Amino acid sequence: MGAEALLDIQNLKLDLPDGRRLLEGVSFQVQVGEALGVVGESGSGKSLTAMSVMGLLPGLRASGQIVFAGQDLVGLPDKSMRKLRGARIAMIFQDPMTAFLPVRSIGAQIDEQIRLHQPLNRREARARTVQLLGRMGVPDPAMAAKRYPHQLSGGLRQRAMIAMALSCSPDLLIADEPTTALDVTVQAQILTLLREIRDEGAGVMLITHDMGVVAQACTHVAVMYSGLVVERGPVRDVLDRPLHPYTQALLAAIPPLEGPRPEQLPTIPGQPPTPENRPSGCVFAPRCSFVRPDCAVRPALIETEEGRRVACVLYAA
Amino acid sequence: MIAALLSRIGQMALVIFGISVLVFCIFFATPGADPTARIAGRGASPQVMERVRAEYGFDRPLPVQYMRMMEKLFVSRDLTSFVNHGQQVVPEVASAAPVTLSLVLWAAFFWVIGSLGIGIVSAVMRDSWVDRFLMVLGLVGLSMPVFWLGEVVNLFTQSRWHDTWMFRWVPPLGYVPLTENPLGWARSLLLPSLTLAVSFMGLYARILRSELLSAMGEDSIRTARAKGAGPVRVWLWHGLRLSWLSYVSLFGLDFAQLLGGGALLTEVVFALPGVGRLTYQALATLDLPLIMATVMYAAIFVVIANALVDGIYALLDPRIREGQHGR
Repeated sequence: MGAEALLDIQNLKLDLPDGRRLLEGVSFQVQVGEALGVVGESGSGKSLTAMSVMGLLPGLRASGQIVFAGQDLVGLPDKSMRKLRGARIAMIFQDPMTAFLPVRSIGAQIDEQIRLHQPLNRREARARTVQLLGRMGVPDPAMAAKRYPHQLSGGLRQRAMIAMALSCSPDLLIADEPTTALDVTVQAQILTLLREIRDEGAGVMLITHDMGVVAQACTHVAVMYSGLVVERGPVRDVLDRPLHPYTQALLAAIPPLEGPRPEQLPTIPGQPPTPENRPSGCVFAPRCSFVRPDCAVRPALIETEEGRRVACVLYAA
Repeated sequence: MIAALLSRIGQMALVIFGISVLVFCIFFATPGADPTARIAGRGASPQVMERVRAEYGFDRPLPVQYMRMMEKLFVSRDLTSFVNHGQQVVPEVASAAPVTLSLVLWAAFFWVIGSLGIGIVSAVMRDSWVDRFLMVLGLVGLSMPVFWLGEVVNLFTQSRWHDTWMFRWVPPLGYVPLTENPLGWARSLLLPSLTLAVSFMGLYARILRSELLSAMGEDSIRTARAKGAGPVRVWLWHGLRLSWLSYVSLFGLDFAQLLGGGALLTEVVFALPGVGRLTYQALATLDLPLIMATVMYAAIFVVIANALVDGIYALLDPRIREGQHGR
């Protein structure tokens, strides 16, 4: 991982005003042309990390570093953040039904984002919108632009959402569970689209809890647990040879496609800790089957082999 | 589209018909009360009673009486008030309507501007002392009776401080027609309409504030921020757009009921010869034809305003547009 990473998050911490810590020091990088899958269960801090990058978490105190294209976003005034948001960092939300304003046509909403960042007039912006919708595979894009969100199917809405996110050719695209609300065929199409976007040179950060989505659309993966990154590395390596016991358990819980079906799927016993009762040592220790006395000290995220990092005492040098 | 419009007009006609039957029955078909005596007024001579009876068909069956009444109201427009020395009722209402319309338009202007301002400011500064102060102010405005407020305003501007520099411009109570003197018109209506607007301002500001705050929690507002829109744009363009549906519907109904005579107290206190004051007089003297005319006038306004609100609603929210006519 070179110094010229597009997005370099170092030890990002996020605190509630009452002192509870939501993120415990998240670190990862996204390179140009790379798609990083951020995986974890609900409440592990994936979306919070994404929203911190967008600067959309008023009322929470962030510390650490979020370096985007050489600029630290932590503590950046909202005015400068606004120039990046939508233009250089764009976001796709989980539910395109509620993410669009229901009372305006999707074309108008995409035009708005274009005109917020580029000196185009109405007609030029609309031409751009129609072109984008067409590129996203929306049939009859000129007509579709005039429609309201509730008049489109879920897949078309999500395409429109992606078109909006891409409208200013962002360097970094953050997708927060972009396929969760969609059925499987549409999901595959959307993931293909994301892959194309990445091939065109944008960095993609894909937040999901679905390992299948990661396998299909990502080049790298970061596994989060209780506000921490516990393992990260190239997607093939991590999926084939998970190092951290949590990643192993997560992958074991996916039903196999081939071979005999197990009587019962393995599950991870226990509950992920809440911010109040998070252990001071390894956050996964209470649920880990390899737990050892030295787990009482929180392990650092250390490099075990080229490009792979894991936070676990089992791999401590 | 045309079919929907026609069906809407049909509905409106039906509602107005229903109201007219109801009102007619209450005033003219109540058992034990002789409408002839009521219309002719107290102490009318037998000749007058006879004339009224024949003119209104009170010696004939009820449906005929109803038709007679409606004909006098809407077709020949010569419904006459005997209480009030043979005054024709319909022209009386027609000449009172512009006064009420002027008053209510001014008041609506003030209360929309005021409530938008107060509502948005207190929503943006929620839970600060500014917000709390404005909301308490709204509550005070909401709970002050309009006739009391009007009397207080009159007390200060017409007598106590009338000759000071502050209120020297205040004209004597009453109405100046727009066509006669536009400046005088505006001056004669400024204080009455502000008085009328106060309670509405309080109510509407509170409603707008809560609607706006709940709208700002929506996902689409987060999207707007993610697009890089600034706070002014997010609040006014996205937030307001999501939150003014209930504001608009409430506004339509209040506006209509005020036009229909709901500004009665304000008109009486400020001696404005509008529909409300006419209704007040009619009720005070039990002038049945005049009551009939003002009630029908009010009903028509409320029904029309309702239809307009529905239309505006559909313009504001495409989801309703389709729900109404099916797809």
